[in-house]
Amino acid sequence: MSQTIKLSTAQTSALVLMRLFVGWHFLYEGVIKLYSPYWTAKGYLLSATYMKSFFQWLAGESMISIVDTMNIAALLLVGVALVIGFKTKLASIIGIGLLLLYYFAHPPFPGYPQGITEGSYWIVNKNLIEAAALMVIFLFPTSTHFGLERLFVKKQVQTSTP
Amino acid sequence: MSNDKKLFKGFSRRDLLKSLAGVPILGAVWYAGLSNTEKAKLEREFLLEKLNIKATPPPDSGPMSGEPLRVGLIGFGIRGEQLMRSLGFATQEWLEDMAKSSAENPNDKRLEDFKAQENLNVKLTAICDIFDVRAEKALRSFNSNGNTCKRYKSHLDLINSGEVDAVIISTPDHWHAPMAKVAVEAGVHVYLEKPMTHTIQETYELRDAVRKNPGVVFAVGHQHRQTQSFLTAMDAIAKNTLGHISLIMTTTNRNDDNGAWQYEIHPDASTSTIDWNEFLGTAPQIPFNAEHFFRWRKWWAYGSGLSGDLLTHDYDRINCILKMGIPKYVSASGGIYTHRDGRNVPDVMHINMEFPDFTSGGSQEAGKEKGMTLVYSATLGNQFDRGTLLMGHDASMELGNTLTIYADPRSTKYRELIKEGRIDPKVPIYQYDPSANGVDAVTSATAKYFADKGLLWTYRDGKRVDSTFLHIREWLSCIRNGGDPSCGIQEGFEEAITAHMGGLSYKIGRKIEWDEEREAIIALPGEDLDAILLNNEVV
Repeated sequence: MSQTIKLSTAQTSALVLMRLFVGWHFLYEGVIKLYSPYWTAKGYLLSATYMKSFFQWLAGESMISIVDTMNIAALLLVGVALVIGFKTKLASIIGIGLLLLYYFAHPPFPGYPQGITEGSYWIVNKNLIEAAALMVIFLFPTSTHFGLERLFVKKQVQTSTP
Repeated sequence: MSNDKKLFKGFSRRDLLKSLAGVPILGAVWYAGLSNTEKAKLEREFLLEKLNIKATPPPDSGPMSGEPLRVGLIGFGIRGEQLMRSLGFATQEWLEDMAKSSAENPNDKRLEDFKAQENLNVKLTAICDIFDVRAEKALRSFNSNGNTCKRYKSHLDLINSGEVDAVIISTPDHWHAPMAKVAVEAGVHVYLEKPMTHTIQETYELRDAVRKNPGVVFAVGHQHRQTQSFLTAMDAIAKNTLGHISLIMTTTNRNDDNGAWQYEIHPDASTSTIDWNEFLGTAPQIPFNAEHFFRWRKWWAYGSGLSGDLLTHDYDRINCILKMGIPKYVSASGGIYTHRDGRNVPDVMHINMEFPDFTSGGSQEAGKEKGMTLVYSATLGNQFDRGTLLMGHDASMELGNTLTIYADPRSTKYRELIKEGRIDPKVPIYQYDPSANGVDAVTSATAKYFADKGLLWTYRDGKRVDSTFLHIREWLSCIRNGGDPSCGIQEGFEEAITAHMGGLSYKIGRKIEWDEEREAIIALPGEDLDAILLNNEVV
């Protein structure tokens, strides 16, 4: 679909900016958690208000270290990919998955406790909005315009036309 | 397109910039994240090192090896059942209920925890309960798996049977001291539920009996002494983290019938199933009354209300940390403001205890920091969690299963650190959650929000353990391996006298004074303090 749409430079630049910001956010979260020895998702998972048994299973003794490692790895992977513009489609999917997990552990559904949040939400919160942003990034890949993938695309073009 | 690079033939400078511009951003974000966490880590380590508070587990009690100890139980009511589970004996009914409950809810770990509990190597040889239904339930459940348990109709028969080395007493308060005294004098070890005594006179008598029988291991059932956060709090106080403590607030807040001692009355209760005279003992002689039997905590004749029943927990928790002993003055007020159901103990109560000479050390000039007040405030009509708070000149400590310390904005000790911005008085300088893997110096509001507020559990190496189990284990270890229980006769004496001063002040309506030299509560001429304390009329 994306190939059929011709975007203006401004439109592409705006999409690139959004990709960079989302990537930046993921990367920073991942780096902070990577270097914080006492960080764990346990509290967040144990306090889940929706799909409780699933999240509590993730927080269990046998799972939590795997969950923590996977979470950090996924945050870093998505962050690096989006910032440098490489495999951004795959990164978007992983990022959406991660954000939906965060979302469903504490969804702002009517009738569910909100706990401590930095704003007021109803059904839609920042996790969901960021997931939607990743959906846009998935559908309008910009890494051939700005990012490492530009190198590969160019090379392909180069070799196909000797 | 212009092309002047051999390496990237077909790429313009612009193309390369567009391809690789993300890399420096990546580096910058990574560097920012790394340096920020490093900085936070250094600040945290700096604070932890400066505070030097050790997360302290209690010393391990000794091995449970050797011949099994023969234990007898007096009083198989609600608490008696709980104590027996901690000893390793659960009723069939409870096991069935728990099996059903854990099948319905996999998160219910009560049965699993019970089965995983260490074997304390005891035989439950004797039981005494004056209600046939309870005694028979105990015999049905405990006469199995090689354990022979015999029922005794009277506590005297049980203690003198020669079949018990130790007894656990969980009866109404007015029977605590008389039973404990007989057992101690018979050379039988005693684990006695709180409050230690029901009258002032008994408190001295029981202390004398225990002192005269040093071979007997006597413990009072304040299981909070096993809670790891309390021991860590002790270290924080010893390191003078809080500075001089001028005020402590402890609370009990409950808002249901069970919490207000309105327990179920068994349908089979009657004079043919309950030995009513044995229940009454020295209490006013009244005709059989099932409500008095099952809900004895509601009357001064058998119980001691908020001052003896619940204040004692909170007082002992603070006394185990500060070792401040008996207050010089106690004043109390309260009333029956919710549960107007015939009870005569108050359901709202405030007890102020003054310790004018107590000091926990300070950071200001000598002599300035002296004197402390402990305020206990309780209601059985609302259960908002007000927690326990120790307020010092330099910092405040919230004390529960989790321990949290906040620096005071006007602290002398932390003045420089606050000025430099290294301490934010709104963010804890120390937080200890024994259920987590480590200590956390600076933490977020969210972490605080998740903090466990429960008091039934403590943690060993991150694993949840029943604190009553640890307390009973400590007592059994002292019997087997020597040593003194953490809540022995002296701690029990201080607890009981303090509770009685609270009850007296409520009854008399004036400030009650403790004469430390004479070790006596000061009475006015002609006053019989015990008679006032036990007076069963509604005030």
